[in-house]
Amino acid sequence: MSGLLKRLQGLRKLLKLLLTHSMGRVGVVIFVILGIVVIFGPFLRTVDPMRTGVLQNILQPPSSQFWFGTDHLARDVWSQTLYGARIALLVGFTAAAVTTAFGTLVGLVSGYFGGKIDEVLMRIVDFFMMLPYLPLMIVFAAVLGPSIWNIIFVIGITYWPFTARVIRSQVLSLKERAFVEASRSVGASDSLLMFGEIMPNVVPLMFAEAVLMVTNAIYAEAVLAFLGLGDVSTMSWGIMLHYAYESGLMSMAPWWVIPPIACICATILAFTFLGTAVSDIMKPGYREARGL
Amino acid sequence: MALLEVENLKIYYFTRAGAVKAVDDISFSVDKDETLGLIGESGCGKTTAVFAIMRFAAPPGRIVGGKIIFEGRDILTMSGEEVRLLRGQGIAMVFQAAQNALNPVMNVGDQITEVIHQHEKVTKEEAWDRAKKQLELVGISGDRAKSYPHEFSGGMKQRVGIAIATACNPRLLILDEPVTGLDVIVQRQLLNLVNDLRAKLGLPIILITHDLSVVAETCSKVAVMYAGKIVEQADAISLYKNPAHPYSKLLIEAYPSIKGEKGKLISIPGAPPGLLNPPVGCYFQPRCPSAMDICREAEPTMVAKDGHIVACHLYK
Repeated sequence: MSGLLKRLQGLRKLLKLLLTHSMGRVGVVIFVILGIVVIFGPFLRTVDPMRTGVLQNILQPPSSQFWFGTDHLARDVWSQTLYGARIALLVGFTAAAVTTAFGTLVGLVSGYFGGKIDEVLMRIVDFFMMLPYLPLMIVFAAVLGPSIWNIIFVIGITYWPFTARVIRSQVLSLKERAFVEASRSVGASDSLLMFGEIMPNVVPLMFAEAVLMVTNAIYAEAVLAFLGLGDVSTMSWGIMLHYAYESGLMSMAPWWVIPPIACICATILAFTFLGTAVSDIMKPGYREARGL
Repeated sequence: MALLEVENLKIYYFTRAGAVKAVDDISFSVDKDETLGLIGESGCGKTTAVFAIMRFAAPPGRIVGGKIIFEGRDILTMSGEEVRLLRGQGIAMVFQAAQNALNPVMNVGDQITEVIHQHEKVTKEEAWDRAKKQLELVGISGDRAKSYPHEFSGGMKQRVGIAIATACNPRLLILDEPVTGLDVIVQRQLLNLVNDLRAKLGLPIILITHDLSVVAETCSKVAVMYAGKIVEQADAISLYKNPAHPYSKLLIEAYPSIKGEKGKLISIPGAPPGLLNPPVGCYFQPRCPSAMDICREAEPTMVAKDGHIVACHLYK
């Protein structure tokens, strides 16, 4: 119980610090809006985003009934936009968690042990780095069928090598630092040195990478969906754009196109800002310099 | 049998140009309640020698010969896991440049408990209490356990380093230039602390330094190193009063004294030899004021003279 309380206090402290950072403020605001949309979407005057309407409601401009208008199947764009946020965050967070966890592990092991282990792991990294995600996605979509989890999987296996490389390069320099040697001199084991001494020093970097991965994943999902490689049974921002483009009615119905584009931009912006802000405030000395 | 016995230790760095004999056939021992000072110029192999005691040998360096016997067991033949357990519990080391020897992103309390958890099965609370006690032992308030290294001054960081090293009650402590880069007042406080610790914990210490006054202050026994070799060993007082080896003599004369007449300080001409192609005969011979013909031909062997062990052709 006290542990939970402590964690909550830590979170509050982080939030407070974020609000002192100008980019952090913007990020937090957009993130809070996204959070509300994702959690309370069903209560925000939405209908099933896939439910088609009657003929008269096709391609209606925004009105009091359809806040963001309707698409070519008379579906409510407002509902689609709100539900799209769920998909975007699901893909973003899951893919980022997978790539960061795996990339950090590989980077730490590779950088710390060096030698043959490093050589082997880095060749594997090179192999995955050169995999182009678009053709790969087409293959996966064909083999496994289009689904949101396949998209996450493909984003995961194409992006983790970048995290691994970045973490490895940092570990290479950190492991030579005196505090690692000092810790070894009092009997620290390899795993403690890796996860207890070196990893805390790459946490800001991991975080920055993770945030970058969230934006990458959201962007990649939108691209894949737009190209028709997404899961058409769920409504994401990319799928919305895909339908709009495919129907050939994009120029006639700006209300159909602008919301998903604006949402993708705002979400990516929010995460980029949050990433910058967090890596700034995690630097030792930030708090002291501002008397916090 | 002494607590630590180093016998004929040789550590060479294998470079493209050839083998650099960084530590060449040195022997010394440390007994319980003893403080051994290891002195000599920069680059004479002091740190390399004690790193070998901790079993730190980074390529291209390699221990090519000798034995390091600690409590009856040869450290050089121990397995990796035995060495890991030995570090911290058996032998612990405080590093040069304390600023860098602490992890910048962890508070000092965590850095101490981490060591304790590596060696002993204790609860978090117990470990934390001990961490606080360790800090108090080195003269820092236990309330500072939650502070990060950048919130401490240089001298305090070095104290924290000592607190970490002694957290698991090691049976031998190695201090590698503990006061380098600190101002004299802090130096004084730290040396008092070291003396205190030795008295309180009965901890044998190996102290590396190039500062002779530090040695005089703390050590019972001194080994003078020159170009990878120990040229003289004696107890501290007699080394100061009657240095036998010409190098020891010059080293002591090169150091200013605050007592007595203002004398001219002597400097030793020349520079330490390159260890890739050391001079023939005695390594100190090119700089030695009392060099004789034999010095240029044969390497001197260790001889005992008035309680000193000295490697010089002057004594036969």
